[in-house]
Amino acid sequence: MSFLSQPEVDEDQYVFTCSLDNVRNLSNILKAIHFKDHASCFATSNGLKVTVENAKCLQANAFIQAGIFQEFTIREDSVVFRINLTVLLDCLTIFGASAVPATCTALKMCYQGYGHPLALFLEEGGVVTECKIHTQEPEETLDFDFCSTNVLNKIILQSEGLREAFSELDMSSDYLQITMSPDKPYLRLSTFGNAGSAHLDYPKDSDLIEAFHCTQTQTNRYKISLLKPSTKALALSCKVSIRTDNRGFLSLQYMVRNEDGQICFVEYYCCPDEDVEDGDS
Amino acid sequence: MRFRCKIVDVSCLNHFTRVVNTITKLTKSCTLRLTANNLYFILTDKVANGGVSMWCELCQANFFDEYQMEGVSAEQNEIYLELAPENLSRALKTAQNAKAVKIKLTNRHCPCLTVAVELPSLSSTSRIVTHDIPVSVIPRRLWNDFKEPTVPTFDVSIYLPTIKTMKSVVERMKNLSNLIVIEANRNGEINLKIETDLVSVSTHFKDLGNPPWVSDDASQSSTQERDTDVMSEATVDIKKLLQFLAGQQVNPNKAICNIVHKRMVHFIFLHDDVSLQYFIPAIA
Repeated sequence: MSFLSQPEVDEDQYVFTCSLDNVRNLSNILKAIHFKDHASCFATSNGLKVTVENAKCLQANAFIQAGIFQEFTIREDSVVFRINLTVLLDCLTIFGASAVPATCTALKMCYQGYGHPLALFLEEGGVVTECKIHTQEPEETLDFDFCSTNVLNKIILQSEGLREAFSELDMSSDYLQITMSPDKPYLRLSTFGNAGSAHLDYPKDSDLIEAFHCTQTQTNRYKISLLKPSTKALALSCKVSIRTDNRGFLSLQYMVRNEDGQICFVEYYCCPDEDVEDGDS
Repeated sequence: MRFRCKIVDVSCLNHFTRVVNTITKLTKSCTLRLTANNLYFILTDKVANGGVSMWCELCQANFFDEYQMEGVSAEQNEIYLELAPENLSRALKTAQNAKAVKIKLTNRHCPCLTVAVELPSLSSTSRIVTHDIPVSVIPRRLWNDFKEPTVPTFDVSIYLPTIKTMKSVVERMKNLSNLIVIEANRNGEINLKIETDLVSVSTHFKDLGNPPWVSDDASQSSTQERDTDVMSEATVDIKKLLQFLAGQQVNPNKAICNIVHKRMVHFIFLHDDVSLQYFIPAIA
């Protein structure tokens, strides 16, 4: 009798089940949005979306499409629950978090519905772990109303270009100022810290820039403390799309390639801190 | 009372260093017992360290090229010292590529274990680094406190799974809970379980095998007749368990876990010439 086969006995009782041959395809991407203890999970037939928010100003979403999973069954239009992400990640990485060649932890995740715990079954090398994580009342998540028709500026960058910039950012600055413009300086990241101001410009024809669609010069400030968690996603990603809309809201979309070469997305939305007059620097 | 010994062989030195490092990870202070044939690192079950006790036995002939000791008297030819293993471990750290290491009992201001490390040098004069590790000599009337623990009358004895896997599981569980339930049966199965308000996690290991204990003890043979699937369990402090799993550097050939139902967990690590026993009391 295998523990993994147990939940299949009465499969019908679960509103949502999924399985993965390599749990890291899920755990790695969840780590990219792990900056608060709690997360909301939304499952639909398209896949699983996990959302984490901070201070009503920042929202991070991880999307794991149904195709990434070896099995993905959902018996309702959508299944929503809130869960302690720290606990979930500890459970998912119970056999170790680092990638060890030739060892894969298989995962089966089942949810019976409202009021029930999320059940995880993990298996590696014949060792089986069962977890039951209590779920919580789903909370309403922020709607940033970030609509692509309102996007004024959009730049797609190779992540390495931004990684370098973020690692060198002056963290004594409270804000990161992002200027996007169809004219010079095209893309400028600025900090204003104790040791002075720093500006980093990316030329439009830089090899790092894959797409450049800027229609209007825009300068906005974002709290560095809010943006900092996004570096976790940046570290994993291969490309990043930076977009701002007419209200100055920032969207960072990270394209993450998992160990099996499949593509997932992590998205961060951030409110601007205040309006800054155009051309002010 | 005299004691001096010398290690020349690099692999012996590394092995001894690993044993001392393991002890260092387990306790701040321990007793070093020296006899003509063996060295023992002993930690007795004081309430202050959570009732955990340890017994580590090394055969001197397998480590030292020279070993001379003269105990308190001819009939009680032993020495008991109290020391901080970390100091010894630090002294041995400088000895990694030493030509020779001499350890002797000296008396400079206070009783010391003097570790003299002879380092290789390009010139003809060798460089010697000396560490004086303060120790206290334990008087004979207290020796009875450091008797070899008897293997408890356990309900289950079982081989441990790969330490690395077990360590990783216990590490995650430590993030979630303070207590862990270890249960095992005579059918080669161990379960590690935690349960909190947020989450319950249980990890199942199977096909581990149960070591054959030859016992003439009547109580032990009676337990043998019990159903092999019945689990015996003990709830222990997860930090104490992790300390043991994470600290060990001896890579045992054999790792055995004995469980006295609801009383204690007893671990035995065997590595050629070293045996390490560790006792964690159960929390009711």
